[in-house]
Amino acid sequence: MSASARNLTIAFFALLVAGSLSPMALAGARFPQWLEVVIGGLMSGVLYSLVAIGLVLIFKASGVFNFAQGAMVLFAALALVRLMVHMPFWAALVLVLLIMFALAWLVERLVLRPLVNQEGIVLFMATLGVANFLNGFGQMVWGADVYTLDVGMPKEPKILLEKVFDGGILVSMEDLIAALIAALLVAALALFFQKTATGRALRAVADDHQAAQSVGIPLNRIWVIVWSVAGLVALVAGIVWGSKLGVQFSLQQIALKALPVVILGGFTSIPGAIVGGLIIGLGEKLSEVYLGPSFGGGIENWFAYVLALVFLLFRPEGLFGEKIIDRV
Amino acid sequence: MNLRELDAGQVARPVGEVILALDNVSLAFGGVKALSDVSFDVREHEIRAIIGPNGAGKSSLLNVINGVYRPQQGRVTFRGEVRTAMEPHRAAALGIGRTFQSLALFKGMTVLDNILAGRNLLMKSNVFLQALRIGPALREEVAHRRRVEDIIDFLEIQHVRKSVVGRLPYGLQKRVDLGRALAAEPKVLLLDEPMAGMNIEEKQDMSRFILDVNDEFGTTIVLIEHDMGVVMDLSDRVVVLDYGKKIADGTPDEVRASQAVIDAYLGVKH
Repeated sequence: MSASARNLTIAFFALLVAGSLSPMALAGARFPQWLEVVIGGLMSGVLYSLVAIGLVLIFKASGVFNFAQGAMVLFAALALVRLMVHMPFWAALVLVLLIMFALAWLVERLVLRPLVNQEGIVLFMATLGVANFLNGFGQMVWGADVYTLDVGMPKEPKILLEKVFDGGILVSMEDLIAALIAALLVAALALFFQKTATGRALRAVADDHQAAQSVGIPLNRIWVIVWSVAGLVALVAGIVWGSKLGVQFSLQQIALKALPVVILGGFTSIPGAIVGGLIIGLGEKLSEVYLGPSFGGGIENWFAYVLALVFLLFRPEGLFGEKIIDRV
Repeated sequence: MNLRELDAGQVARPVGEVILALDNVSLAFGGVKALSDVSFDVREHEIRAIIGPNGAGKSSLLNVINGVYRPQQGRVTFRGEVRTAMEPHRAAALGIGRTFQSLALFKGMTVLDNILAGRNLLMKSNVFLQALRIGPALREEVAHRRRVEDIIDFLEIQHVRKSVVGRLPYGLQKRVDLGRALAAEPKVLLLDEPMAGMNIEEKQDMSRFILDVNDEFGTTIVLIEHDMGVVMDLSDRVVVLDYGKKIADGTPDEVRASQAVIDAYLGVKH
């Protein structure tokens, strides 16, 4: 990283910390209430990260921006909720996982393989097609109603740290468990990528297709694995989001939030997807609560996109992405 | 030519049977003929050079051998088996390794990981055991790491083993490329201009590595190189291509004396 890029990163994080703390200095916010907002923001950020990780995985290994990640989240959640009518949760979970793996295999066979060596934009358009197909197919098979997904998440928020602060702080147990699940998933992915031969092969393919093949790494199988892992991530995100908001079409709108997250974090970095999600979750909650009243509210809906726009202007590779160098 | 020529100072290695043979291979891209009717063979343990002016079809020939291109005509026989359609990763599994003319390393990974990736094919244990580094997976990982460390010692890149490859100087990156190919323990190693862009010192180092690989591991080597001095010193037999056709094939001395080769390189007097 060059010195100026590093300074920009440092400046950004300094601004972030200062901005986060400013409500207490300027608006006279009480610390416990502020802490509540921060925790809430970070935990919703984790949920954005869950979708963003799926995007990064596929982009790293195949250079394809997968527009269908949101549709995959909805599709997995729909499948799970409808299958749970007929069977216990665990059986349904395994079955949906198998469906997502089958989907990965089909995408590789029917979409990626015929389009090998095409421009990135062509593949992107193809994933748009996959997204539309999944939406239509999912609703055709499983119906378009709003379903409640009950996987036994505690719905009641709890008051914590009552001894430390007067009145304690209110924390959503559901969000807390979701954050734990996300952390476990990220840890498992990190082990898989760093310690296993398959993980090494995935990283190798991300760096150089031709060289990866020359040492015996089969591209097609790697793509199936990557899309399968993205399917698994989509399923986890679908369970968490679906149980929180209900399984419905609008679920994939939330997945759109993953786009500013990866712009912020960098398209090629899994830590970037996590940090980006946390920053956006934190930023939008804080600005909604403390700036919202003076703007007439609704900041939560556009904050992420404005931040992404600023990044595209000044730091298009994101916080952790690889520097984009164009050789003439 | 059954026996290699013994130059002074060279060690006699047992050159064996034909391990790789191309028969009447033709390859065209649309109307452009990259290779026409090329036949030659490579014997076990020998160093075989492919030379020729720019655009002669040398790289295309390597790409046919390791399955990147599929020739429209002709046969490729490797270790007694005639190949049909071939994917590069299958060729690697059968024992054909290669390095690249323009570097194609895993730039974001360390030297160690790059060379370990070369051993991916040889890793057999269960992915879950690998992730947790337990039982047979741990023993396997340790064994592979030992082999990789041997290769790193051999190529004298111990001091950069944990460095990210993209930040290394060019000459060292070329060595990592060679190391990664070696890690797969190939029967035949294809080297596409291993010394392109190097200074004399780096070329001498690389020549030494290539000879040592051939000597110590017994690896058969097919190399493309532009530096005539290097080619004549290293190789047992030389194939010369011009405009996709084979114009000479033999020992360095025979090739050097061939009128067709002299014409191809210096042009014909009119």
